[in-house]
Amino acid sequence: MAKVLVVTSGKGGVGKTTTTAAIGAALAQNGKKVAVVDFDVGLRNLDLVLGAERRVVFDLINVVQGVARLPQALIRDKRLENLSLLPASQTRDKDALTEEGVGRVIGEMRGNFDYILCDSPAGIERGAMLAMRFADEAIIVTNPEVSSVRDSDRIIGMLDSKTVKAEKGEQVAKHILLTRYDPARAARGEMLGIEDILEILATPLLGIIPESKDVLRASNVGSPVTLNSPASAPARAYSDATKRLIGETVPMLVPSEPKGLMKLFGRRAA
Amino acid sequence: MSMFRLFAGRPAAPATAPIARERLQILLAHERGLRDHKPDLLMLLREEILAAVSRHVALDPDKVIVRMERGKNVSTLEVDVELPNGLEPALAVAS
Repeated sequence: MAKVLVVTSGKGGVGKTTTTAAIGAALAQNGKKVAVVDFDVGLRNLDLVLGAERRVVFDLINVVQGVARLPQALIRDKRLENLSLLPASQTRDKDALTEEGVGRVIGEMRGNFDYILCDSPAGIERGAMLAMRFADEAIIVTNPEVSSVRDSDRIIGMLDSKTVKAEKGEQVAKHILLTRYDPARAARGEMLGIEDILEILATPLLGIIPESKDVLRASNVGSPVTLNSPASAPARAYSDATKRLIGETVPMLVPSEPKGLMKLFGRRAA
Repeated sequence: MSMFRLFAGRPAAPATAPIARERLQILLAHERGLRDHKPDLLMLLREEILAAVSRHVALDPDKVIVRMERGKNVSTLEVDVELPNGLEPALAVAS
């Protein structure tokens, strides 16, 4: 029975799709059967970041509406046989997504995968609500920047009230993933520090992804950063975060570019 | 603080992260209050406190401040009522 994770943030441009691709690939690299689902109807991009844009035939809305069956719409990754993509529709109206339909599709996928990663659109509208609706856990992607932290706080409130789990009186397990972090700037007091953000959001940390050129390089060529440059700092950080997600204890480090690992502090993961 | 500053030859930019942290703490305390309670809970409390005190003491409505601080484990309600001087006997009588 799969675990359903939503990758969400409220704010746009913080790295949800990059994170979905990187963690999805890293889970598959760890032998898990993974489906990544793009909920950004009208602005789909997960296919592009995964290099599968020319292979999209059917999409989530086709499956929700019964036009296509799930196995027809799922695109299996060419590099990782354990990784499948369910793309969003680029042309359809986003109102075509219904809660009942999304619930049915996710329910069908639960039997076939270990992890289902739902890549949420930005904002707090219908698409974002549906992406988190059936989640067991949430990865809240946050940048060390005031507007991103504020939006994360808002999303945390929604995860605690608007999800199926919350309505049953249970908790969606929440994890902060700090992305685009620059340890040098934080040390100079130019950027919110890790402790500041965790204290404000009162939510456990899953990982710290350093700002890096390798992230753009990977998306340029349509390959998750964990596959494209596995030795790079962001790839190692995503790989560590993924291990924490599947229950391994990995020290919380900020991988740095040239000189290997810089130990920050011994905080344990959620 | 940083090595760069020693050699930069120009004054270091002031650290702005503490300002960001403080602004966020204040803002989110307010927004969480709106989210977790009825939107006008603070307004309601303020009005009722103002009415209760005004029955006994004449006071300036602008000087009644009700604030909610939401913390991880504990939240606090701060009520700040400023009374004009010379009203202590009235208060004593009222009680």
